Amino acid sequence: MNHSMAHDPFENHGNLPGRHRISKIWLNSFFLSTTIGIISLSILLFSIINQAFGYVIVENKVDPSTLSSVPLNDLQKEDLTRILKENVSKNRYKTINRDTPIADMTSNDLVQLITNEIIKPTTVKSYFLIPSLFQKEQIIKTQWEEFPDAKIQFRSWLNWNFIRNSLSTNPDATGIRTALLGSLWIIFITIIIAFPIGIGAAIYLEEYSSNNWFTRIIKTNIDNLAGVPSIVYGMLGLAVFVRSMNNITSGIIFGVNQTNGRTIISAALTMSLLIMPLLIINAHEAIRAVPASLRQASYGLGATHLQTIWHHVLPSAMPGILTGSILAISRAIGETAPLILVGASSFINKDPNGIFSNFTVLPIQIYNWTTRPQAEFRNVSAAAILVLLFALLTLNTFAILLRNRFAKNKVI
Amino acid sequence: MITLIKKMNIVQSKSIETSLKKKSRPAETIVHSLLFFCGVISVFTTIGIVFELGKEALLFFKMPEVTIFKFLTGSTWQPAIGEFGILPLLSSTLITTCIAMIIALPLGLGAAIYLSEYASPRARKILKPTLEVLAGVPTVVYGYFTLTVMTPFLRWTLGSENVQVYNMLSAGLVMGIMILPLVCSMSEDALHAVPRSLREAAFGLGATRFETAVKVVLPAALSGIIAAFIISISRAIGETMIVAIAAGSSADLTLNPLHAAETMTGYIARISGGDVAYDSPEYNSIFAIGLFLFLITLTLNLLSRKISSKYREVYE
Repeated sequence: MNHSMAHDPFENHGNLPGRHRISKIWLNSFFLSTTIGIISLSILLFSIINQAFGYVIVENKVDPSTLSSVPLNDLQKEDLTRILKENVSKNRYKTINRDTPIADMTSNDLVQLITNEIIKPTTVKSYFLIPSLFQKEQIIKTQWEEFPDAKIQFRSWLNWNFIRNSLSTNPDATGIRTALLGSLWIIFITIIIAFPIGIGAAIYLEEYSSNNWFTRIIKTNIDNLAGVPSIVYGMLGLAVFVRSMNNITSGIIFGVNQTNGRTIISAALTMSLLIMPLLIINAHEAIRAVPASLRQASYGLGATHLQTIWHHVLPSAMPGILTGSILAISRAIGETAPLILVGASSFINKDPNGIFSNFTVLPIQIYNWTTRPQAEFRNVSAAAILVLLFALLTLNTFAILLRNRFAKNKVI
Repeated sequence: MITLIKKMNIVQSKSIETSLKKKSRPAETIVHSLLFFCGVISVFTTIGIVFELGKEALLFFKMPEVTIFKFLTGSTWQPAIGEFGILPLLSSTLITTCIAMIIALPLGLGAAIYLSEYASPRARKILKPTLEVLAGVPTVVYGYFTLTVMTPFLRWTLGSENVQVYNMLSAGLVMGIMILPLVCSMSEDALHAVPRSLREAAFGLGATRFETAVKVVLPAALSGIIAAFIISISRAIGETMIVAIAAGSSADLTLNPLHAAETMTGYIARISGGDVAYDSPEYNSIFAIGLFLFLITLTLNLLSRKISSKYREVYE
């Protein structure tokens, strides 16, 4: 230890109760700093749940009771078809029939269709969960005074229709299907691209590279790349994949009819570059943790370098590599800024159907909804955040389970 | 007899020679070069960032109304009238970063000291994963939290006439909460690496727990903790979504954290999120800002590595 101990580091050592008091005060403040993190996390989750559920006041354009005397759900298919026919214009009916033949629809689909086409419910006011639970009387009073024709209902903004519907400008009818599919596509392609290259680079660094200046440059470079702000990767993606490689990433040279390079493949390539340093660092660590005796035993039995890596090093490092990869992937799922640069156009309600489709992803949708002025979009945003957090939580739980399993089986 | 032995020797050495000759294995060579290529891709990424950002930034600086000097010292950022001075964007970036650091550094370090020096293994087992969860929340969610919880809270406590709807204070505060787990886990690693014998020696000399933690363990881990601090600053400067959502979208030069002001990253996100024509001054300007951002964070990251390797105290 090379501190100079010239002065007495524990001055006032006669005053023991005083020293213990100071120690106690600081212990409490250290504990407080730890709990502030946890309190913030609780407030964060609570505020999201608070906004994702609650009472809404809904105004119908057409009162359902004027359409039929019994509730729509109890009606037979023929009656529902008749109601639809009577209340929408002929052209509209034709369009609907052309998209999906009405004869093929179930009565549930028809009720849904009638609700969207004729009744057209609009949310005029929405409440958070806490006021909904504790100030119900007041909400009912407001409804009586301000919206006498409207109805009050308790709504979970996170519902099956929300997951299933595509994007819409109406907060009541909007959904995240397009964004969810976009996220899945991008993550899938990112894994395909980044996983082999990342692990390959880690194997190279640990098993093949000699300790020369070039290897040191690669290592320093990877560490620095891990600290580059994600938005800079977005700019790289915009300049290289979207613009310079426009012909390839838009699929024009493959005969795909696409106008620009703002496609899933561009986004996935950008994301791959973004998570690559993280992947390499984690995989490198996992491979380094494989005991040298395993390699020596393999060589001793006459295996080649490649055989040793493939049959012994990789399988034994795999749980560690997978844990690191899952963490890298969950980073990619939540990343927003680079995709804003690569994706830009925000209103896309067509499902992606290949790597050359335009896209939107869940975080970009959350960003768009959050920045809209209408209060209802905040509710929608909260519901989408719940979906995103659920996906991340599932992935992280999986990673932790994997890590624990790995720790148990580890032979030292 | 001797010739026979000699002959046998020759035969033996010949057979050994053939069996020990290095077989050519094309697969090994191919795999080796493939893996080498994987390793080199990261270098290409860095070159790509510098080259592409530099190329577009050069287009920006070639414009008649822009000079590097004016870019770095100008106090107005209004692309519409050809005023490109980065100071308003830079000042709001620094203000939000400072606010975030005021929150994140002391709290993160405090939490690290608690986890490493005080917490029972049981408490650690619960607290550490919880902080990791906090680190795993996407930044766009923090942005949402800023706008829907932190800003209304500040407007309620400080008065809505004082606090603007978009303001740097709430963005900075939430950014601090976001970075807290990073500071905590990096500092905790540094504290944890200090050998037990040092603590036991301090206890043996009659030091209290607090004295041991602050006067013995903390100085020993200082290089790692400073490295953690610098990494956190770099992270705060590059953070985008929170400031894009909650800090405002007007490039005003103001030092009042209760006012709205756009940061560098917020500007990049806003301009690229809209439909700006390629090769317009706005479009080129985001690359100049991006390059500037890249250089700042790169310097900070290199500095952090330098400090942690140069001033590291090595113990047996």
